Amino acid sequence: MRTSRRRAAIAVAAVAVLAASGCAESERDGSGGNTAVKDTLVFGVAGDPKVLDPSLASDGESLRVARQIFETLVRPEEGGTKASPGLAESWTPDAAGTTWTFKLRSGVKFHDGTDFNAEAVCANFDRWYNSTGLMQSPDVTPYWQDVMGGFAKNESAELPPSLFKSCTAKDATTVDMAFTRVTSKIPSALMLPSFAIHSPAALKQYEASNITGTADDIKYPSYAMEHPTGTGPFKFKTWDKPNKSLTIERNDAYWGDKAKLKTIVFRTISDENARKQALRSGDIQGFDLVGPADVEPLKGEGFNVLTRPAFNILYMAINQKGNPALAKPEVRQAISYAINRQALVDSKLPPGAKAASQFMPDTVEGWNADVKKYDYNVEEAKKLLAAAGASNLKLKFHYPTEVTRPYMPSPKDIYELLAADLKAVGIEVEGIPLKWSPDYLNATTSGSAHDLHLLGWTGDYGDAYNFIGTMFDRQKDEWGFNNAPLFAQFKDADSTADQAQRVEKYKALNAAIAEFAPGVPISHSPPAIVFGKGLTGITPSPLTDERFVGATFS
Amino acid sequence: MIRFIVRRLLQLIPTLFGLSILLFIWLRRLPGGPETAILGERGTPELRAQIRKNLGLDEPLLIQYGRFMKRMLKLDLGTSISTKREVMTEFLERFPGTVELTITAMIIAIGVGIPLGYLAARRRGSFLDSASVGGSLIGICVPVFFLAYVLKAIFSENLQLFPSSGRQDPTLGATRITNFFVLDGLMTREWDAALDALWHLILPGIALASIPLAIIVRITRASVLEVLSEDYVRTAQSKGLNERTIRGRHILRNAMLPIVTVIGLLTGGLLSGAVLTETVFAFSGIGAFLYEAISNRDYPVLMGFIMIIAVFYVLVNLLVDVSYSLIDPRVRVR
Repeated sequence: MRTSRRRAAIAVAAVAVLAASGCAESERDGSGGNTAVKDTLVFGVAGDPKVLDPSLASDGESLRVARQIFETLVRPEEGGTKASPGLAESWTPDAAGTTWTFKLRSGVKFHDGTDFNAEAVCANFDRWYNSTGLMQSPDVTPYWQDVMGGFAKNESAELPPSLFKSCTAKDATTVDMAFTRVTSKIPSALMLPSFAIHSPAALKQYEASNITGTADDIKYPSYAMEHPTGTGPFKFKTWDKPNKSLTIERNDAYWGDKAKLKTIVFRTISDENARKQALRSGDIQGFDLVGPADVEPLKGEGFNVLTRPAFNILYMAINQKGNPALAKPEVRQAISYAINRQALVDSKLPPGAKAASQFMPDTVEGWNADVKKYDYNVEEAKKLLAAAGASNLKLKFHYPTEVTRPYMPSPKDIYELLAADLKAVGIEVEGIPLKWSPDYLNATTSGSAHDLHLLGWTGDYGDAYNFIGTMFDRQKDEWGFNNAPLFAQFKDADSTADQAQRVEKYKALNAAIAEFAPGVPISHSPPAIVFGKGLTGITPSPLTDERFVGATFS
Repeated sequence: MIRFIVRRLLQLIPTLFGLSILLFIWLRRLPGGPETAILGERGTPELRAQIRKNLGLDEPLLIQYGRFMKRMLKLDLGTSISTKREVMTEFLERFPGTVELTITAMIIAIGVGIPLGYLAARRRGSFLDSASVGGSLIGICVPVFFLAYVLKAIFSENLQLFPSSGRQDPTLGATRITNFFVLDGLMTREWDAALDALWHLILPGIALASIPLAIIVRITRASVLEVLSEDYVRTAQSKGLNERTIRGRHILRNAMLPIVTVIGLLTGGLLSGAVLTETVFAFSGIGAFLYEAISNRDYPVLMGFIMIIAVFYVLVNLLVDVSYSLIDPRVRVR
């Protein structure tokens, strides 16, 4: 009885396996398998991309994929931040500085075989400008709103008027783009992948702007999830979501130098240690967001560690609505003198990091060598504090936990050094650790219950406004000051058409900010990216704009 | 029996309703919201307010809950705030991974744990007994993530025998049918894909099995020891029944009840997500995803996943209750 029951069970199981096997079609195209691994790069990324339509993205992983599939009119020079030709070969503003003429590259085709031309460019800008409904939500079109403000017809009173005015296709390779005012953002901002040019035919076919659902339950169209169609050196192939991997393959009809590798796979490994182990075991051949402490060991093991030029700023913010003493400039300057930036850079930041004298790196035009410098000076700090009647200052110092940022590898260590510096000049510090998201970000960028905190910024494109304007061009809870002359100075600089004049105005702004000392700029840290042994041909970019087109295994 | 099952399933409804209210209130009570996670250091109070408005988070809780319930009744769990994809799709893509991993871990834990516990009890005081008791103590004490790192360091980094992460080699381009990768490989006759998926399960399976294995060894040992001292075992031995019959019909079968209870609870626990193992092995399952959802305050994912997991937990326990009556005919489910 028992034996027969067992036999019956085994028979049922065997029949089930046989029935299951081969009951579905394999969809494999035969190109898979490990045999061709030398023309395939598996790159480890920290998170899944969110959408494949970069117009709707702001997260680094979506943009990383988009940079291989799509191209923009202007793009950052290889390894730098200056605008260089992309799909446009040249661009010039008119005398008023509000209309820009772009001369386009000819002979370029989209991945779906349609032609890239002036009409396609205007179709893209018109799509963004004429956005309605959910497309106007700030989390749906973040970079358009960051750069252009609003839309043709703003549906929310909170949206500012649009900076973009119109796009006209003068002939197949000439586009006139008009803006409502002069701005320093153009043409640099057009380097953002969010302004990449899509195939109008594909946009239409897959209803790219048809975002449905309700405000709290947004449903993205199939274009954004399965059919991104650009002009880039790689084409989208598959997004294997259950296996957390996205595959792109070489575009053999690319107009420029064709990609050397046939396939690139982006594989999500969110844990930093797991990425490192996957590299060592050969599962992946590269990954981003290398921890500062891992740079030297990985180099020592023979991996190709590339250090990007620093394009970020770590600062200690001072909230003037916090402790009343902080509203006094002498107190803020005293705090600036109290901080030993160089010691911090030497002991806590990765090789190549630099102490900062202003809130933007020296690679961006407008950086000023002659700003007021607060070289480490304990005596001067004490003197200023005494003169301001603030010798017994007690400050709350917020710092984040459970996070590393490219500009801030180990927040707690940095906090401890800074707190020790402040104590040395007689300031009593109460440390307040908070979880980065959302507690810390909430506490430091809203309300007024914070005195000092650590935060930073990574540039989106090579423009001074993107750094200092983002921080200081209006009243913000993070800093708690209302400095009307400074805000006016920003407006004036941003609307100066002449490039040379504008750069001078940004230099003046950096000097004014240094004098005002709203916070202490601390350092610029170079983030690193690593590739496997023998993989070359990728240039590190300060804007994390690494293109895999040149990658090859030697 | 059928009435029992139906009644238990009906009990699910008020349970889920109560859970949904508790969860909803608890989640909205957490400080911060998804808008902070979305915007990061780019957030301004105005932008955050705008996103809260768009997500409907500025409305009274009751209205928000009403909207959630309305969708829920249509079996629509909404869209994830952070991945922007449907919660049900996310679940169906990730849960099979967790199930495969759970099954692997439980096969290892049961396959090794029960024989080891049995032998330890039968040879009480022997070296094997002390070794398995001591070993299981270590199994419980060693943190899973540490074991995972050690396993990876030895078998992936140094020996390169097993893959260090993921569910399958992405360059295989395997076909997806059910998202159970091993099953999909069998169904499509992509044998290499099935084998590769199985290969990816070994190290995380061992890491995840460590604690259940230790518990099962100890429970089995204790339970068998108790049964061994029963009169009916001595009777069976003295009337000359063969050893195999005594072992199978009298000892193990009677010792199984507490073991099955524990296995049920452990399986339920593993199904709700092995956060650490999944994270360390970059294994796409629900555990690591839920953890991220908490940091991102991804309300729809948290609500949806936890509700579905609750259903599974109840189902696994129901299965355990039903299996009691199969093991011990004296137990009648009512």
